[in-house]
Amino acid sequence: MENILIKTVDLTKTYIVGEVDVHALKSVNITIHKGEFVAIMGASGSGKSTLMNLLGCLDMPTSGDYFLDGINTSKLPQNEYANIRNQKIGFVFQGFNLLPRTTALENVELPLMYDRLEKIKDHQKQALEALKRVGLADRIHHIPSQLSGGQQQRVALARALVNEPSLILADEPTGNLDSVTSVEVFNLFQKLNEEGITIIMVTHERDFAAFAKRIIEMRDGRVIKDTIIKDRLDAEEELIRVKATAEISE
Amino acid sequence: MKAKIILKVATRSIMRSRLRSLLTALGIIIGVAAVVVMVAIGDGAQLKVEQQIASLGSNLIIITPGASTTGGVNRGSGTFNRFTWDDVDKIKNEATLIKGVTPIVFSGGQVIGGVGNWFTRIQGVSPDYLEIRSWSLASGEFFTERDVMARSKVCVLGADVVKNLFPNEDPVGQQIRIRSVPFRVIGTLKPKGQSAQGTSNDDIILAPSRTVGDRLSGDHMRIGSIQVSAISNDKIPAVIAELRSIMRESHKLTPSEEDDFTIQDQSDLSETATATSRILTILLASVAGVSLVVGGIGIMNIMLVSVTERTREIGIRLSVGARSSDILIQFLTEAIVLSLSGGVIGVGLSFLIAYILNHYTDQSAYIKPQIIMIAFGFAGAIGIFFGFYPARKASALNPIDALRYE
Ligand SMILES: Nc1ncnc2c1ncn2[C@@H]1O[C@H](COP(=O)(O)OP(=O)(O)OP(=O)(O)O)[C@@H](O)[C@H]1O
Ligand SMILES: [Mg+2]
Repeated sequence: MENILIKTVDLTKTYIVGEVDVHALKSVNITIHKGEFVAIMGASGSGKSTLMNLLGCLDMPTSGDYFLDGINTSKLPQNEYANIRNQKIGFVFQGFNLLPRTTALENVELPLMYDRLEKIKDHQKQALEALKRVGLADRIHHIPSQLSGGQQQRVALARALVNEPSLILADEPTGNLDSVTSVEVFNLFQKLNEEGITIIMVTHERDFAAFAKRIIEMRDGRVIKDTIIKDRLDAEEELIRVKATAEISE
Repeated sequence: MKAKIILKVATRSIMRSRLRSLLTALGIIIGVAAVVVMVAIGDGAQLKVEQQIASLGSNLIIITPGASTTGGVNRGSGTFNRFTWDDVDKIKNEATLIKGVTPIVFSGGQVIGGVGNWFTRIQGVSPDYLEIRSWSLASGEFFTERDVMARSKVCVLGADVVKNLFPNEDPVGQQIRIRSVPFRVIGTLKPKGQSAQGTSNDDIILAPSRTVGDRLSGDHMRIGSIQVSAISNDKIPAVIAELRSIMRESHKLTPSEEDDFTIQDQSDLSETATATSRILTILLASVAGVSLVVGGIGIMNIMLVSVTERTREIGIRLSVGARSSDILIQFLTEAIVLSLSGGVIGVGLSFLIAYILNHYTDQSAYIKPQIIMIAFGFAGAIGIFFGFYPARKASALNPIDALRYE
């Protein structure tokens, strides 16, 4: 089909720790279309991060194939792999992974430096745009230690956005954030999704998964449930509600 | 990546970790400066000795009595066969490739004249002496062959003697008494400075050889050496061969007997004289080498300590699309920039120290270009290796493994 973005065929990842084989992923077959907003859920150790890392081309599967945009990534040379990370994917980590002692602006510029196609000429302008999109235009010269967790995660999101990827992967993006800040981040995700960017995120909380359009549930390295959400939560409205509750409780 | 961006990334990264960068560069600065200065001090000492030997005179050949060590055993002074006037005359008449020859008759003692008295060396020499030793007169004239044969009581004073006996007047024409024997001063010598042994060349009185031999030395007359000047540098081996056969004949040595004299040219002299300063150079260089190694270990330490942080940085860069080659180039550039600037500062520092030594102390330091290259190259290699090696390891990792590195 034309608008399939992701297709995995028997995707398997086995870690070998000493004498023991850890089967983190066992023959995962999923298909995700362009424009989807998917939440991946499951117990701790069920293989969510492992799957995300493979989808993000940060790691190589033990066996199976991963088609991104119709290209079988498992057969690509290292440098092409790097190009895919740079061009097609924006990855948001739970732990932010920003360069320390480096300003927000420079952190966001980072992916542009490795853009071999040089499709973006003015790095600084592009990075500023991305920071504006996440609402951090007034913090561009702050270094990570001068930013709150939510702000750091928004810098990370700006970095993921800056190269205009078609896919954003977020592994527990709000795992370190309080609920108001989390909803703010999901609000951003929803907006980006409306602009046509495909989003896959991992979350532990069913409340947050409701912001997505589809939930994939995992257990022991397998997909056990795949549901489309009919009445999805609007983060904009939820934000107003959560903020009101927070004020009352104070 | 473009060269401009690579440099930008590298300099940003250096500036971001100022302390680490400074400590790394400091190791290189100290290492380079230590090596260059230490070796420069050794080379400076050696250069001084070489200059002093060159000042002895041009194409100088010295014949001394007694064999050089034979089979490692010195025959000792008992076998000294003293030189005679006859030896000197034979060389003068028979040698073909020489500019001049002079015996050196050693004496010494108290000299009275002018404003007081003075102990000094007295050397009996021939009129060729000045040319042989590349020396010249400050005033008056030198004695002639006729003075030598007539044993005239004339003399020429060295600059130190003039300074001590005739500080205010021209000594030429004055009478002095050398060990009670009256002499007339006919000339003075230009100052020559220190000898290789550190004594003054100018504390001397020159007089005709036979005058000194017969009137001052008495029974102990001794021609300490015969000095010859070859007509050119490339004739020195021929002159040595010639002198040897003349001397052997003069001393009536049979073919089975060994030489009872020693002939040395300037290269032999400089060899013995520089041997000590070479030992000094080696000693200093090894001390300097140790400091370079210590500096290198310092660099290694700092680099290894920062590996965890840097591995995470590499993971972040890889995860946003850097290729391993991008990472390698960045880290290599960083290491080169640091080593290079450290090396430049180190060399600058060593020039400063050398300047201070040369201008404000007795120690002379001479910086050879090769040493700069060696120190620079070595420190650079250490800096680059230890800056680059951890990056090489990390850039081969999966992005996710680099991010997880602890
Ligand atoms: N680098 C690794 N080496 C060995 N085993 C690993 C490695 N990474 C993950 N695992 C194992 O693989 C399994 C799946 O781990 P994964 O991180 O994907 O779980 P997860 O679903 O993301 O859990 P969480 O919700 O706690 O983040 C776990 O059993 C884990 O121990
Ligand atoms: Mg996880």
